[in-house]
Amino acid sequence: MNSFKIGILLFLVLATSYAQNYPTGKSILDKVDKNMSAKTRVMTASMEVGTERTKRTMVSKIYGEGDHKAYTEYLAPAREKGTKMLKLDNQLWIYSPTTDRTVQISGHMLRQSVMGSDMSYEDMMNDKPLLEQYQADVTGTETIDGANCWVVTLTAIIPDANYFTRKMWVDSERFIPLKEDLFAKSGKLLKRITFSNVQKVQGRWFPLSFVYKDMLKDGPGTKLTIQEIQLDTQIPASVFNLGNLK
Amino acid sequence: MTMIKMALRSLIGNGLKTWLNVFVLSFTFVLIIFMQGLLEGWNRQAVTDTVTWEIAGGQYWSQKYDPYDPFSIDSSAAVVPSSFRKEYDAHDIEPVLYAKGTIYPGGRMQGVLLKGIRPDQHLLALPTYLLKADGAEIPVIMGAHMAKQANLKVNDLVTLRWRDVNGTFEAVDIRVAGIFRTSVPTVDIGQIWLPLDELQKMTLQPNACTILITKPEIPIQQLSAWPFKDQTELTKQTAAMIQAKSKGYNVFYFIFLSMALIAIFDTQTLSIFRRQREIGTLVALGMTQKQVVSLFTLEGTMNALLAILVGTIWGLPIFVAFAVNGIHIPMDVSSFGVPMADKMFPYFTLKLVAGTISFIMVITALVSYWPAHKIARMKPTDAIRGKAL
Repeated sequence: MNSFKIGILLFLVLATSYAQNYPTGKSILDKVDKNMSAKTRVMTASMEVGTERTKRTMVSKIYGEGDHKAYTEYLAPAREKGTKMLKLDNQLWIYSPTTDRTVQISGHMLRQSVMGSDMSYEDMMNDKPLLEQYQADVTGTETIDGANCWVVTLTAIIPDANYFTRKMWVDSERFIPLKEDLFAKSGKLLKRITFSNVQKVQGRWFPLSFVYKDMLKDGPGTKLTIQEIQLDTQIPASVFNLGNLK
Repeated sequence: MTMIKMALRSLIGNGLKTWLNVFVLSFTFVLIIFMQGLLEGWNRQAVTDTVTWEIAGGQYWSQKYDPYDPFSIDSSAAVVPSSFRKEYDAHDIEPVLYAKGTIYPGGRMQGVLLKGIRPDQHLLALPTYLLKADGAEIPVIMGAHMAKQANLKVNDLVTLRWRDVNGTFEAVDIRVAGIFRTSVPTVDIGQIWLPLDELQKMTLQPNACTILITKPEIPIQQLSAWPFKDQTELTKQTAAMIQAKSKGYNVFYFIFLSMALIAIFDTQTLSIFRRQREIGTLVALGMTQKQVVSLFTLEGTMNALLAILVGTIWGLPIFVAFAVNGIHIPMDVSSFGVPMADKMFPYFTLKLVAGTISFIMVITALVSYWPAHKIARMKPTDAIRGKAL
């Protein structure tokens, strides 16, 4: 009996010491946030929206300040060119050059898909640091594309997080997520994001290519490729102004 | 009386030409009455079906609910007012909660409106008793059109994704417990019905609902947070749509009526030209020109009278047969957006029949008078010689 107890104790000690080899989830998220979050960002990106039959590519220039202000101007294709969107807090305005009108869209529109893609406006514009939204636990290690990753499980600590749990594969050297699964409360996998083309951007690692895939539907998903990016740059206040839409 | 006899004799004397005119006019009569009867029947049926399937005695809407703003539906619910507690417990008032969701049938994504209703409700014709089914998955019911669109059958499982009131995504598998056939598209197209308590739990909105459906006899409460919409207001759109369709049919009536009236006009004009000598003789025998004009107008108008008679003979059995047995609609009309049953029953009112007859009689009289009024300008001497026109 005594040897059984000692065995259990030994197992617990070993398990604890093994777990202690993992960095804390908080420290990983902190490093991820330092790489991925920025006070401001200006980028030119192309978005490839694929369905089973067709593929559309849109190019846009995006200005963002925190997750409260965002301004997007579509540069291509010709049909979308000149379309501008301004998001201030929970309000969204869209300017369409074909009608030369600016329309204010309900805040609920932010939950809708961007131009028929697998991404919602919220997904696109949400830049709130993960640590403010989730508690992180490191649950293991895995290798993705030759890179050793910490597997981090995130559980929402705020009631209005879009996804209750997330599972993130974080590169253990560069502290960049290489893959992320987004789950519903029930545990059903909803979306998968894969990150690639990790480059040094202004001294930090940043993935320049993302693939968003709605896991409940068929299709290749939406590929976002960042062509140019500037982080923590000064954005003139006039950019986030309604007058900038026309 | 003499004039009527003369007009009738002359009309019958025209032979086949008269009967052709009469038949075309009778066809117009029957068609107008039949089409108007069909629209009236459709209107009544649409209102009755909408009341049976969707409205019952009327609805209280949460102040935040705007049916024209689909993006605000998720935040439009409110807690059932305590003043309805007695009616709520007695099932004299039924709360319905609306929420937006997405289903993924066969790997496709399809937006749906989720409607939560108590399974033991008895105000609407929806087979909500099927929502009592036990099982691991949430039971849902849907209309035949929705099931067809999503390619779902009874007992099929499909993934449903939605957001709770805080905006957090949730997804589970639901099971199709029943598919119902209805003529009311507003309880069918793009909608899924599920147990109210489940939807309240799913969206984290306990005791909340978007609308309250009342039993017809329940006294109306004036609540600023829950404005009441009566049956007339709720069926206004359907009535307006049918009214718009009715106006569209006026084009056909105009074409058919024009055909008949041109034939009568043509016959009258030819008749006056050919019967100049007769007109001159009648005036010479002592008839005033006004009397001759009246005679010819009466003759033309009698076409309409004969058409009524002929139309009654062949049209009445058709009206009765369709009014009793209905008309089967040979296509799927559930996507039209207007309540329309598989079988439509025309409804003929006295006002409709009398109104149509009077209208055509007056029009025919005018068309008959138009060529006849030239007689008033004829010189009787020229008319006898056949050279007045």
